[in-house]
Amino acid sequence: MTILVIAEHDNANLKAATLNTIAAAQKIGGEIHVLVAGSSAHAVAEQAAKAAGVAKVLLADALQMADSLAENVSAQVLQIANAYSHILFPATASGKNVAPRVAAKLDVAQISDIIGVESPDIFHRPIYAGNAIATVQSADAIKVITVRTTGFDAVAAEGGSAAVESITAVADSGLSSFVGREVAKSDRPELAGAAVVVSGGRGIGSAENFKLLEPLADKLGAALGASRAAVDAGYAPNDWQVGQTGKIVAPQLYVAIGISGAIQHLAGMKDSKAIVAINKDTEAPIFGVADYGLVADLFTAVPELASQL
Amino acid sequence: MKILVPVKRVVDYNVKVRVKSDQSGVDIANVKMSMNPFDEIAVEEATRLKEKGVAAEVIAVSCGVAQCQETLRTAMAIGADRAALVQTDADLQPLAVAKLLKALVDKEQPQLVILGKQAIDDDANQTGQMLAALLGWPQATFASKVELEDGKAKVTREVDGGLETLSLTLPAIVTTDLRLNEPRYVTLPNIMKAKKKQLDTLTPEDLGVDVAPRLKTLNVSEPPARSAGIFVPDVATLVDKLKNEAKVI
Repeated sequence: MTILVIAEHDNANLKAATLNTIAAAQKIGGEIHVLVAGSSAHAVAEQAAKAAGVAKVLLADALQMADSLAENVSAQVLQIANAYSHILFPATASGKNVAPRVAAKLDVAQISDIIGVESPDIFHRPIYAGNAIATVQSADAIKVITVRTTGFDAVAAEGGSAAVESITAVADSGLSSFVGREVAKSDRPELAGAAVVVSGGRGIGSAENFKLLEPLADKLGAALGASRAAVDAGYAPNDWQVGQTGKIVAPQLYVAIGISGAIQHLAGMKDSKAIVAINKDTEAPIFGVADYGLVADLFTAVPELASQL
Repeated sequence: MKILVPVKRVVDYNVKVRVKSDQSGVDIANVKMSMNPFDEIAVEEATRLKEKGVAAEVIAVSCGVAQCQETLRTAMAIGADRAALVQTDADLQPLAVAKLLKALVDKEQPQLVILGKQAIDDDANQTGQMLAALLGWPQATFASKVELEDGKAKVTREVDGGLETLSLTLPAIVTTDLRLNEPRYVTLPNIMKAKKKQLDTLTPEDLGVDVAPRLKTLNVSEPPARSAGIFVPDVATLVDKLKNEAKVI
């Protein structure tokens, strides 16, 4: 068995999600290769080669791979797919974009968002916003899988010494082109990988008031998150959204402030180690999953909490 | 231009489902069913493109049991012109649905297919991408803005860390994210009108598609329950508990 892991990167740095995906590959067992498809991405390939457990890194370096267009990256994966028993993508926006395209071309079912590996062909995955866990078995010759990164502890980023091999990049599909990118700037830890997350909901009341969470997040070294209600109301940017349709997080500590706790939000954070809820509504469903609940007005409790840390 | 919009009938998003005691699946008997929320956004977007004069016809399609007709009637009440149901009692997985949709696309020849980014029951997030692959069309997933001009679709996508914009050659596949639009409420007159619109029924056999499931579900279980938490009286106690009991700060 040889497993191919598709690296997530920005052409300069390997993203942490790749290390969680390699960990899932180790659970399946077999030789692990990593594909880096990018432009001027040699540094990424070097980083992938150092990751624990990686036997070989394949680098497809070409201009048409720069922006991870699904058409080009899927064609690149398909070119080498037949040498592998499993093809693993991190379940990030990028992995989810490409993986089903690869699966359909191989005429195999894709297994989304696995959180556990029982055997090389049996996997666990959440369904219905995480309200049920399905155990599924694949009979396909090549298993195309996306890996929920919070389901697997990342492998060490250092210590490996895999060889980097260049492979020929496939030609540009010509079907799509990249126009531009608006990156939300943030000095805080990345939401998906943060050890502490401080999230605000509709109860915060305005985009201005969201700044109230910053001193607390600074004290805790936390990433800032938001519920869908807060994002829709324009209090917080889209990519802060935690939930079924946003980011899935599992930090050591999750602080939910002014969040009622709809099913869709809980789906994104209920695997956190400790959950704190601050809400003035005693009946809010968030208290059903919180380890520590504080019924209080967030406008007094949050500054007080920040000052006591 | 014709736009095809696939819609799925799913357990209503407000329902908290229960796992069956024999662990064979979740209990969806007698549970409220609705159109998948992302698909409503897809129908709304197609309808808006028609209202702008960009699209000439919007066709809603669904695959599944006979009751999916209700979902298609809802799509027509929002603004779809006609509908088609591929009726089957089989357990349909994303690859099978993508193949059925490909057959419908071959038949209807739309320039654009707008799907929801994922269904809230299986949470797969695959069908749009698979359909794009089978057709050899470009795709823009997780769309928050769609503009059609000069045979191209300019689509802004929600990605990790921000937004990115792509330009696709038509025909193309777009999957919707939550912020693409706010679907309109269906009005009673429109529900009445939708009843008169054309709804064709076909079968997978008519389309020559094998829909046998590829993934076998061995069992479905409850997620591990969290142990009950406690209420703390004040901030000082909270800080103390986090430091000394949970040891997370």
